[in-house]
Amino acid sequence: MTGAPYDLVVVGGGPAGVAGALTAALAGLRVALLDSGARLGGQYFRHAAVPEREPGLDRFLLQARLLDGRADVLTRHQVWNVSREPGGDLTVHALTRDSSGERPVTLRARRLLIATGAHDRPLPFPGWDLPGVLTAGGAQALLKGGGVLAGRRVVISGTGPFLLPVASGLARAGAAVLGVYEANGGLGLARHPLLALGKAGEAAAYAAALARHRVPYRTRHAVIAAHGEREVEAVTVARLDPDWNVLSTRIVGCDTLAVGYGFVPQIELGTQLGCETRGDPDGSPVLRVDAAQRTSVPGVWAAGEPTGVAGWRQAEVEGRIAGRAIVGEARPIARRGPDGVLLRRRRQWRAFGEALQRAYPVRPGWQSWLRDDTLVCRCEEVPLARVREALELGATDARSVKLLARPGMGWCQGRVCGYAVSCLAGEAPRPPRRPVAQPVTLGALAEAAPEDSPDEAAQ
Amino acid sequence: MSDVIVVGAGVVGAACAYYAARAGLDVTVVDRGPVAGGTTGSGEGNVLVSDKEPGPELELAMLSNGLWRALAEHGGFEFEPKGGLVVAETDEIQRRLTELAGKQGVEHAMVSGAELRDYEPHLAEGLAGGVYYPQDAQVQPMLAAASLLRHGAESFGRGTLRLRLGVTVTGVLRSGGRVTGVRTSQGDVLGDAVVNAAGTWGGEIAALAGVELPILPRRGFILVTEPLREPLIRHKVYTAAYVTNVASDSAGLETSAVVEGTPAGTVLIGASRERVGFDRTTSVPVLARLAEQAVALFPALREVRAIRSYCGFRPYCPDHLPVIGADPRVPGLYHACGHEGAGIGLAPATGHLLAQLLAGERPDLDLRPFRPDRFSEEAA
Ligand SMILES: Cc1cc2nc3c(=O)[nH]c(=O)nc-3n(C[C@H](O)[C@H](O)[C@H](O)COP(=O)(O)OP(=O)(O)OC[C@H]3O[C@@H](n4cnc5c(N)ncnc54)[C@H](O)[C@@H]3O)c2cc1C
Ligand SMILES: Cc1cc2nc3c(=O)[nH]c(=O)nc-3n(C[C@H](O)[C@H](O)[C@H](O)COP(=O)(O)OP(=O)(O)OC[C@H]3O[C@@H](n4cnc5c(N)ncnc54)[C@H](O)[C@@H]3O)c2cc1C
Repeated sequence: MTGAPYDLVVVGGGPAGVAGALTAALAGLRVALLDSGARLGGQYFRHAAVPEREPGLDRFLLQARLLDGRADVLTRHQVWNVSREPGGDLTVHALTRDSSGERPVTLRARRLLIATGAHDRPLPFPGWDLPGVLTAGGAQALLKGGGVLAGRRVVISGTGPFLLPVASGLARAGAAVLGVYEANGGLGLARHPLLALGKAGEAAAYAAALARHRVPYRTRHAVIAAHGEREVEAVTVARLDPDWNVLSTRIVGCDTLAVGYGFVPQIELGTQLGCETRGDPDGSPVLRVDAAQRTSVPGVWAAGEPTGVAGWRQAEVEGRIAGRAIVGEARPIARRGPDGVLLRRRRQWRAFGEALQRAYPVRPGWQSWLRDDTLVCRCEEVPLARVREALELGATDARSVKLLARPGMGWCQGRVCGYAVSCLAGEAPRPPRRPVAQPVTLGALAEAAPEDSPDEAAQ
Repeated sequence: MSDVIVVGAGVVGAACAYYAARAGLDVTVVDRGPVAGGTTGSGEGNVLVSDKEPGPELELAMLSNGLWRALAEHGGFEFEPKGGLVVAETDEIQRRLTELAGKQGVEHAMVSGAELRDYEPHLAEGLAGGVYYPQDAQVQPMLAAASLLRHGAESFGRGTLRLRLGVTVTGVLRSGGRVTGVRTSQGDVLGDAVVNAAGTWGGEIAALAGVELPILPRRGFILVTEPLREPLIRHKVYTAAYVTNVASDSAGLETSAVVEGTPAGTVLIGASRERVGFDRTTSVPVLARLAEQAVALFPALREVRAIRSYCGFRPYCPDHLPVIGADPRVPGLYHACGHEGAGIGLAPATGHLLAQLLAGERPDLDLRPFRPDRFSEEAA
C-alpha cells in the first residue's frame, strides 16, 4: 500500500462512477476510479453499438475524457473487498492482470463511492445452459464486435424495456431478429414506458428500427425452453396468461437466444462494509441512501444501480449528486448543496425506474416451465429436483437450500441463480454475503497478509 | 406431548433426536431457523481423532468416529474416510507429535520427511515429517444433520420424530421445579424432557431455564477455492500448530494451516480462531494469513483462486469440553452443546450418550467431565 489515502476512491466506471469521480476531481479532490473492464463505460456505454450511436454516448465520452489526467483511472482492476481500517480509512483491495499474471493492488481511501452497476437477472428454463443462450447484457456486449452477430438468427425473450435497445442493436448489426417476446403484457409497443417519459424519440427510434427490420414484438409471450444437441437450434415460445402460466406453445428455429428478466444491483461491496439495504419494488435488495447518496456507513456513498435500477440517466444524476456531497464533506468551505435541478431529475427518474419495475415484474408462473432435471445452478450443476429435495429436508430459505444442495456455491457465487433460488425457496432475495466479491488467487491474497504478529492483525 | 423436546436442529440436535427416537422416545425438534442453519452450516465437517489430547474428549471422538461410520451406511450424506496428515515443520515439532501420538493410543503411522510426498505429492519441500491418522474422516455436515433427522423420522414409526422449523424458543416451562416444555414464538410445546442443543446459543437457552452455561462464540473463517479438475490434496492436512491453537485460551487471533479437498473439487482452507463476539465483518488480514499458510504448505495453491469465504462461531466453553448430560440444577433439563470446533465430529456420540440417559440406561462413557454444573463449582 502506497502513500497518503485518496480523498475518494470510486468503484465502477459506468455513468454513475464517472460522473461522481469527475465532479470530485474537478473540485480538486485526489480521486482514483477502478473498473474491471478494459474501457470505461459500464454496462451501457462500454458496449454502445457503432456506427449508430446510442443516445448519451457523446456526453459520456466527453466526461470520460475530462476525467483522464484529473484522476487515477485504473481499468482492468477488479475490487474484491473493501474494509474499514482501525484508523477509520478504507482499504480497497483490487486485482489486476498484466503480462506477469495477476497482481494485487491495494488503495487507501478516505471516502468510497460504490458505483458498481447491476448484472443481468436470468431465469432458468430447460436448455438455458446450451451454448448460444445469452443474457440480454451478454448479447449487448457481443455487439461491440459487430460482425460476430451478422447473419445469426436471434430470438429475444424476457421482460422489461431494455429488451428493445438490444433488439434494435442486434438488428442493426445484421442479425436476423426473429422475435422479441415480452412476458408481461398490456403496455405493448405503442404505450411503452419510454414514450410515457417523454423519451418518445428514443422509443420511437427503437420501434422504427424494429419495424424496419420486420421484427415482431409480442407481449404475453416468452421462450420457455431451448433445444439443440450441442447448441441452440430452436426454442419453444409460449403464449402466457398474466401469471406466466403456459397457454399454448410453438417451436421457433434460431441459433441465438438472448434472455433478460431485469437486473440485480451489485451491492456486495456495500454489504461487506455493513451498509443498510432496502428492497426495491422488484424485490431486489439495494443500498439505502439519503438525499446526498450517502449510505448508512460513514464515508461511503453509492450511486447508480446499486441504489436501484432506473437507467443510465439516473445513474449519472446520482453520480453527480454524490460527487457534490463528497466535495462538500471534504472541503467544507466550498460547501454548497446539490442544486434543485439535479434533485428534481433524480426524483423523476427514480419514479420512472420504480414504475418500470412495477410494469415488468417477474410472475410466479415461470416455475412451471422447469422440469425436474432443469439446472437451476449451472456452476454446480444443481437440478430443480435437488432444490426441492433440500426444501423437503428442512431448508426454509435460499441460504439453507444452498447449504444442502449447493446452488450458488460455485464460480459466480449465486449471481446467476440467486434470484431463482430465492423464488423457489419462497422468499425475497436477501442482501448478498460475499466477503470475497471476485475470485482472487491465493498467492495474491497471501500478499495482503500483514507482516506483524497475528495477534496484532486481529485488532 | 413429547417425551423429549430438542432445541436446535444443528448436527448435535439432529443426532440427539435421532438416537432418542431410536431408543423408542417420542421427539420434537424445534429450531428458529432451518435445519443446519447455525454453526453446523459454517463448519468444515472434519471428524477428527488426531487433534485431541488423551482424555475424555478423545474418548468421545473415538466413540463418535465409529458411530459416524455406521450412520453413513444409511446413506443421504457422504462419509469420506480420507485420513488426516499432521505435518511438522521442524524436528522438534516432529518429536512432540511423536510423543502425542504415542500417548493417544489411536491408530497412526509415523511419516518421515522423505515419505511425506508419498502421502501428499504437492506438499512443500523441507518439512520435517508428520503423523498419519487413518481414522480421520469428513462428512458434509449440513446434509448429515438433515439426513439424521429424515432418517429418524422415517425409521422408528410414524410421528416419533417431528421437526418444527421457524419456531423460536422464548422460555422454559416449569411446574413444581421440573421442566415441562418450552414456550415458543408459536405457542407452548410440552415435553417430559428438554434437550438444549442450541450450540453457540446454548447459554441463552440455559438462562431461560435460570441456570448459567458459559458458552462463548469463537469465530472462525474458512476460504473456499474454485473447484479443481485434478484433486491436489488427498487427506486432511494440517500443521502441528493447529493442535496447540485449538487448546489455547487466548482471545486473540490464532491461525494455523488446515487444508483439504472436498468431493465437489474445491479446497477448504482454515483455520482461524478468535473471540470477537458475534461479529461477521470479514477480516482481510485473517483471510490473507490463511492463504499465506496454505500456500506455504502447498505451493501449487498459489495460482488457485479463492472464490468465497464464510465464517462461523464455534460454541466455546472455558475448558474446551462440551456440556453433555442432565442438569442437576433443573430436573428435566439436559444439555448437549458447547462442542467448539469439534461438534460435527462429536455429534453422534453426544446423541447416543444422551439418548441412553434419557432412556434411563447407563451411558457407555463416563459423562462426569462434561457435566453442566462443573463451571459453577470451579467458580466457588
Ligand atoms: C441489455 C441492456 C440494455 C439497456 N438499455 C438501456 C437503455 O436503453 N436505456 C437506459 O437508460 N439504460 C439501459 N440499460 C441500463 C444501463 O446499462 C444502466 O442503467 C447503466 O449502465 C447504469 O449505470 P451505472 O453507472 O450504475 O452502472 P454500470 O454502467 O453497470 O457500471 C458499473 C461498472 O462497475 C464495474 N464494476 C462492478 N463491480 C466491480 C468491481 N467489484 N470491481 C471493479 N469494477 C466493478 C463494472 O464493470 C461496470 O463497468 C440497459 C442495460 C442492459 C443490460
Ligand atoms: C469455521 C468453522 C469450522 C469448523 N470445522 C469443524 C470441523 O471440521 N469439524 C467439527 O467437528 N466441527 C467443526 N466446527 C464446529 C462445528 O461446526 C460446531 O461445533 C457444530 O456445528 C455445533 O453444532 P450444534 O448442533 O451444537 O450447533 P448449531 O449448528 O449452531 O445448532 C444450534 C441450533 O440452535 C438453534 N437455536 C438457537 N437458539 C434458539 C432458540 N432460542 N430457539 C430455537 N432454536 C434456537 C439455532 O438456530 C441452530 O440451528 C467448525 C466451526 C467453524 C465455525
